[in-house]
Amino acid sequence: MSTTDTQAPAADQPEAAEEKPNFMRLFGRYLTEANSVMVTIYSLLLAFLIGAILLIVSDEYVRSTYTYFFARPQDALTASWYLVRDSYIALFEGAILNLNMLDRFAAGNAEFGDLLRPLSETLTYATPLIFTGLAVGLAFRAGLFNIGAQGQMIFGMLGALIIGFGLSLPAVIHLPLAIIAGAIAGAAFGAVPGLLKATTGAHEVISSIMLNNIAALFLVWAIGTDFLHSETKTDLITKPVDETAVMPKLLSGLSESLRVNWALPLGILAAVFTWWLLSRSTFGFRIRAVGFNEHASATAGMRIGSTYTTTMAVAGGLAGLAGAALSLGVGSAGLTTNTALEYGFDGITVALLGRANPGGIVAAALLFGALKAGALSAQPDVPVDISTLLQAIIVLFIAAPALVKAILHLRTPRGGLVTLEAKGW
Amino acid sequence: MRLELKGLTKKFGSFTADDDIDLVVEPGQIHAVLGENGAGKSTLMNMLYGILTPTSGEILIDGEPVSFSGPGDAIAAGIGMVHQHFKLVGPFSVADNVQLGREHTQRLGVLSAKAARKAVLDVSEEYGLKLDPDAICEDLPVGVQQRVEIVKALSGPKTELLILDEPTAVLTPAEITELLQIMRNLADAGTSILFISHKLKEVQAVADTVTVIRRGKVVAELEPTASEAEMASAMVGRAVTLQVDKTPAEPGEARLEVTGLTVVSDAGVKVLNGLDLTVHSGEIVGLAGVEGNGQTELARSILGLVKPDSGRIAIDGEDVHGASPAARIAAGLGYIPEDRGRDGVVAEFSVAENIVLNQYRDAPFAKRGAVNAGAVRKRAADSIAEFDIRTQSPEEPVSALSGGNAQKVIIAREFSRPRRFLVAAQPTRGVDVGASQFIHSRLVAERDTGTAVLLISSELDEIYALADRIAVIYNGQIVGEVAPDTPREVIGRLMVGGGIHDGAAAASPEEPGAPEPPAAEEAPEPPAADETSNDEDANGGDR
Repeated sequence: MSTTDTQAPAADQPEAAEEKPNFMRLFGRYLTEANSVMVTIYSLLLAFLIGAILLIVSDEYVRSTYTYFFARPQDALTASWYLVRDSYIALFEGAILNLNMLDRFAAGNAEFGDLLRPLSETLTYATPLIFTGLAVGLAFRAGLFNIGAQGQMIFGMLGALIIGFGLSLPAVIHLPLAIIAGAIAGAAFGAVPGLLKATTGAHEVISSIMLNNIAALFLVWAIGTDFLHSETKTDLITKPVDETAVMPKLLSGLSESLRVNWALPLGILAAVFTWWLLSRSTFGFRIRAVGFNEHASATAGMRIGSTYTTTMAVAGGLAGLAGAALSLGVGSAGLTTNTALEYGFDGITVALLGRANPGGIVAAALLFGALKAGALSAQPDVPVDISTLLQAIIVLFIAAPALVKAILHLRTPRGGLVTLEAKGW
Repeated sequence: MRLELKGLTKKFGSFTADDDIDLVVEPGQIHAVLGENGAGKSTLMNMLYGILTPTSGEILIDGEPVSFSGPGDAIAAGIGMVHQHFKLVGPFSVADNVQLGREHTQRLGVLSAKAARKAVLDVSEEYGLKLDPDAICEDLPVGVQQRVEIVKALSGPKTELLILDEPTAVLTPAEITELLQIMRNLADAGTSILFISHKLKEVQAVADTVTVIRRGKVVAELEPTASEAEMASAMVGRAVTLQVDKTPAEPGEARLEVTGLTVVSDAGVKVLNGLDLTVHSGEIVGLAGVEGNGQTELARSILGLVKPDSGRIAIDGEDVHGASPAARIAAGLGYIPEDRGRDGVVAEFSVAENIVLNQYRDAPFAKRGAVNAGAVRKRAADSIAEFDIRTQSPEEPVSALSGGNAQKVIIAREFSRPRRFLVAAQPTRGVDVGASQFIHSRLVAERDTGTAVLLISSELDEIYALADRIAVIYNGQIVGEVAPDTPREVIGRLMVGGGIHDGAAAASPEEPGAPEPPAAEEAPEPPAADETSNDEDANGGDR
């Protein structure tokens, strides 16, 4: 906020100031402009500011200090400051670096691996989000709003699980096969809304929302069947996948407690693949052309319907990989109805935050992973909902750049505000 | 109300949509504004209705200059508008639609259904427009919906001028007759009417005076007694401003053969009705006609985007039934679509990407599933040089280009690959003179290499400048195929559904010896309103 306050007057300076652009002035102009980079940064800052206010309002003790605010304002202000500071430090420690652990490590009382634990958690939560974010982002570029990543991911989970425990193979074949099975299951489920749109014109938002429900309920039923249900446990949990199909941990050499596994590099690979697909391949050319202008694309001989179906299948495959990462990674001891969390839905916000660019999606997934890991480790001192809340506020601002522009009195950039939108919504 | 426009001009960037328009509508007068699509009629009406602000010039109402910052101001000044595409809330009742925006309320802002209903009944009684205020709009026939729009426009605080923007475009012949009668009644009751149209018979039947606009300029002020041919030639251009050097055509074998092509629209109208047309290699066939007579559907059927209900299209002697647009393009079909922004270019794509839009999967632009950026860039650079596309770089998005340069991108795309047959629809629409000449000479050069060219244009000048043979389309049929030296009046008459010969002697004394004596089945002079509709009926005219 302080940055913007000092920069705001610069925006109002007369045009004469523009005559001699030096680096600092150009940089200042950039800071006060509602371009997509600055809107993203300001959205984050504003979200943490609003998060702070909500932390203060929701804390009973701090609230009580406000009852005598006019008698002793310093009580309320210090209490607020410490609450906000401690909460955000707790999030930071849970997500990136535990400062206590750093002290102990410096004193020789902790392993290097312990130091990496928060980061490992962040990356673990970020991994499925990379895949689901890509699944939504790719479809976005074809002008499709893929709400169905959750369902596609669930089918990916089941596909990977079935190969994971159903076959006995050496690890070099078993693991890749299980991953591919997850991708295929997700792709098949993802192709459905695309096919419905191509053949009947049914809107993919409606059909993919409904397919999410179908997938979630199918999962509950499937876990209970004899085929999938655990032979040793009575609660709703599936059989574990074979050792040969478990995603190996990435940093097991440092510490067994570091959960981050090889799904993360797979996710980065998927992001690189998606980038290549979109910006270099002929198929990506078609996706982008159809996404921008389906009429001109059809006139140029592109088949619109098959583009929709194929794009949704590839998107579903990416979401299916998220499911495979869960089945063969954190959920390898057995899937429950909880394993999927809301990674598919969060993928929508990740894709929005990343502006449907693979690089941006990876960055957004890391941010959301960090918020999740931080919130889970900081509870119960910090309400766990604060992470969800921050995510929501960030996306709200990103989706409404005009709001950020108005709040901070930013200038309109050349070419106008950039709003991400899917066709028809 | 007396409405006067003085030197009204509207520019969009370097493009002048309306140039120095002068026009006067006297009280109780029906003033028709005649012009082709894209002539600047809609821009003019939008300025009148406060949607657009004029670049210069003024609007005077009863001698007082006014300026509108929105439709609200125009309504307050007494101007009502009936849009070509109705602005009704389908599930609402007639009364609710009429009161929309100025609801009748009782205390505490509660809507008064009674007052709303009464208001509708009052207006419909006053002007003799029968309406049931409780009917649901989307259930009503199109003609009645339009009546709702008219009542809505008349219900303004003091509406004295009504703008009707192509009101007959969606009506059946019977509804048209009724509408023309309503217009007459309104005018007799003192309402001034500005009637936008490109249908000559209706204009003749109802207008008191006619202003013809072409390319944003007033080109003629006519009496409604003027002949259709006179109106048509004023509308599509009298002065031959376009001169293209070309040698006589040397037609070869038939490249495109269309036989009995019939396309029925979703609304059940036969937009193409057993159309026959043949284009040979090495010739340009100009398809003349007032827009909306099936040209669009013909072009889209040839490309394969519209599936014909019956009939046959053969390219190079082979029936293309079932072939995808991509297959037809690969087989050498070039296609310049009439709606450049919608069908021609992907505006967000770069110039280079647009140039390979229909070849991105072919060598050398694709290599094992990847776009070969080097080859694309090289083609783009070559095309930019060859076709003189004014762009800062091949990477610049097409949205940053002028209309003429965007059109050159399309021309470059279609002319840079092997082709045997070319459909060019409105190739110079919204394109400046320089680019037009360039495009015309390229089309002729294309013909000279042996390509068959079907030129679809609503500009008669363009047809005359380029065509080796002229086919006239009317109501989804070819109503005449004539030589390129056929007088304008004859073609103008064909374009509006008249015969080749009727009235020819009277209208064009310089016509080179008419081969046949005039057929006397049809009255040469404009019929009255009622006859107009019968005439349209006979032609199955429902456009």
